[in-house]
Amino acid sequence: MPPPALFSFEQVSVGPREARRLERLDASLPDGGLTVVAGPSGSGKSTLLRLCNRLEVPSEGRVRHRGDDIAQRDPLELRREVAMVFQRPVTFAGTVRDNLREAAPARDDDDALAELLERAGLQRAFLERDAGELSGGEAQRVCLARALATRPRVLLMDEPTSSLDGEAAAVLERLARELVDDGTPVVWVTHSQEQMRRLADHVLLIAVGHVDRSGSAPEVFGDGR
Amino acid sequence: MGDDVGFEGLAASLVLVAVALAIGWRLRLRIQRDLVVSVVRAFAQLIAVGAALAIVIEPKTPLVWSWLWVVGIVVFAAATTRRRAPAVPGLFWISLVANGASAAIGFAVAFGLGMFPVEGRTLVPVAGMLVGNSMKSAIVVAERLVEALSEGRPEVEARLALGQPWSAASRPIVRGVLRTALSPQIENTKALGIVFLPGAMTGLILAGVDPVDAVLVQLALMYLILGGVATTTAVTALGAVRRLFTADHRLVALPRSTRDTG
Repeated sequence: MPPPALFSFEQVSVGPREARRLERLDASLPDGGLTVVAGPSGSGKSTLLRLCNRLEVPSEGRVRHRGDDIAQRDPLELRREVAMVFQRPVTFAGTVRDNLREAAPARDDDDALAELLERAGLQRAFLERDAGELSGGEAQRVCLARALATRPRVLLMDEPTSSLDGEAAAVLERLARELVDDGTPVVWVTHSQEQMRRLADHVLLIAVGHVDRSGSAPEVFGDGR
Repeated sequence: MGDDVGFEGLAASLVLVAVALAIGWRLRLRIQRDLVVSVVRAFAQLIAVGAALAIVIEPKTPLVWSWLWVVGIVVFAAATTRRRAPAVPGLFWISLVANGASAAIGFAVAFGLGMFPVEGRTLVPVAGMLVGNSMKSAIVVAERLVEALSEGRPEVEARLALGQPWSAASRPIVRGVLRTALSPQIENTKALGIVFLPGAMTGLILAGVDPVDAVLVQLALMYLILGGVATTTAVTALGAVRRLFTADHRLVALPRSTRDTG
């Protein structure tokens, strides 16, 4: 019997009947590697990602995480296990240290917080910085460090580079790859074909509420990317 | 001139309404019709209320009528708050509890500690001042809470995504809303006597009461109102924010929400 998928969607519809964002969608995301969910703007790819940590719930159908119906899971526990980085970096008022402590109040020593920053490619000195004065790329990396503070087993990234310049985007892509190499599955939403080809181990292509194609990157892209 | 304004005095005060009408006409503000309607409506409402109050607060009238009047004020305030912020589910009941709590605490202090005698002529005006001011702040809280949560959805959802419960995820926004709602009342209290002479005190002085006695009554009322406003805004904000999240800690759809659903 094959291992359960990281997330599986069974006949999932989202939104009122007259304006569905997803319509009876069946899909599964493999447990490992970096899965890119791609599709045009408004196709429902962010909605699909939000279903994975219950910021959104299906109007019909079922979402499973490693075999468990997530409707039966404690939503707060699920969200700590399935962390999320959003499209636009949202930092909270205060220093970077304050931001990290919001996610993990128990981690009160700076060494542990500095380690989180390091995993997000930032130096320890950032702990003192006012979070409101960071550049877009720095703020997004603080958001990544903050998401990692809950010790997640899965990371969801919703177009995390769409508001960043090329250099900052490349840094974030490299960090995501490092997390995958360390054993944390990443689900990355993008509308960029180039980014999808660069990043994907697995692909789920969505076209206005339905799955267009899915599979491993070689299956979907053929020989050359 | 006697102590009473009388209908002749009232007619004289209409001179300033004529000035307002003239300004509206000259500057083409198109407010003349609304102005006339508001003046006539205020006249009719207050004359009717005055006539009813005269009966209710008459010493021979049973006190139960005054209490019923107070209940009517609280219910009307709750209905008004609900109408102004329809996006909050169950706001009528939240507001009923909030205004009821404000009135109950205010009455306990005002009458329980012997500041005023328990009579119709004190019960109804004290309730009107307490609940009237509390209602204004509750409306600000309810309206602003919906706006702030809608505008602040990205931050709230970023907090929820960290596994914070709805109460923690909304706390910074609720604090900001409460500060906004309470600030005008605190500023009013600070400016008392310097910028303006408040209504109750002015009325008492005009009615011939010693200014020091009038000041004591006004101060007592202002402190009661301040406490009442704080109670109502806190109960309304905490009750309303709970209704704006689902049981599984998601922020409900709100007007003016700009969430990207790509």
